[in-house]
Amino acid sequence: MAYVPDAGHARLIQLFHADPAVTTNVLTTEEEGIAIAAGAWLGGQRSVLLMQSSGVGNCINTLSLTTVGRFPLLMLVTMRGEWAEFNPWQVPMGTGTAAALAAVGVRTMRAETADDIADIVGSAAALAYEADQQVAVLIAQRLIGAKKW
Amino acid sequence: MVSAMGTLERRAAVATLLKDRGELLVIAGLGSPAYDLHAAGDSDANFYLWGAMGSAALIGLGLAQAQPARTVLALTGDGEQLMGLGGLATIAVVKPRNLVVTVIDNGHFGETGMQASHTGRGLDLAAVAAAMGFAETRTVSDLAGVASLRAALHAAAAGPRLYVVKVAARNPPRSLPARDAVYLKNRFRARLGLPVN
Repeated sequence: MAYVPDAGHARLIQLFHADPAVTTNVLTTEEEGIAIAAGAWLGGQRSVLLMQSSGVGNCINTLSLTTVGRFPLLMLVTMRGEWAEFNPWQVPMGTGTAAALAAVGVRTMRAETADDIADIVGSAAALAYEADQQVAVLIAQRLIGAKKW
Repeated sequence: MVSAMGTLERRAAVATLLKDRGELLVIAGLGSPAYDLHAAGDSDANFYLWGAMGSAALIGLGLAQAQPARTVLALTGDGEQLMGLGGLATIAVVKPRNLVVTVIDNGHFGETGMQASHTGRGLDLAAVAAAMGFAETRTVSDLAGVASLRAALHAAAAGPRLYVVKVAARNPPRSLPARDAVYLKNRFRARLGLPVN
């Protein structure tokens, strides 16, 4: 598991850190996690990459690795800039997240409600690890809740 | 501020580093390091990059974490590693003992017309890695130095290592590995006894 933290992933990050079966990597920038996932697969391990939507923009060129190599890739992306967002700087990348991923060959699936998310992540994981797909689950900002200040 | 330019011939340096490589797993950064690795001898245990610049050391990290009993060499160039400087911090904090990053440093972007890179203008990558917390860093500039790195490569280590090999800013004739990353991936996994999906 590799991540650049987001408040929406905070509990999941804690759970991964507490699990001795999981190797965790904190990243300086999100695209590092694409490379780590490819390396882990070369060595026989699965990897998942956590980030917020702003980080998707950092990943674009590096995603050529997973797309061209058909490396399994599972990204869990918490959305910003789409629901009760207070920070205008989050809006452009939030607006372009799905299109940017599609442009470099990454399939996106959206989770709008808490009831959806386990099924959707399970389906995305199967597509990634069993069908060699590159999949990003976009977790709606409405689901996580607008950032409180 | 100008660092000493290397005089070592890069193909000879990499051939010396990889002599009797045994079970070493190697990831090569795009451009000349990939050609160097291919010229030294193609192997199922080689994975060559043709893009995703800045990723070689981090693919090495993921592989080293997945295969803790094997030594992983990320063989890259100064330009490629400079694009992934933050990745050295990511490697440093998880302290993989089985990952060695080796930068074949010609001080230039050799693939694009030999423009001077940051190392060619004085930046010291070994010092950067040491400051980040790498367990061992070395810079060598002759074949005897490379031979000492080869011995160190196969010895136990306390944490991640970064070696810099200063080489001449000359491009020898290219030695081109396969560009099909699916083929490279599948043969690499097969070498480790892993199934193909």
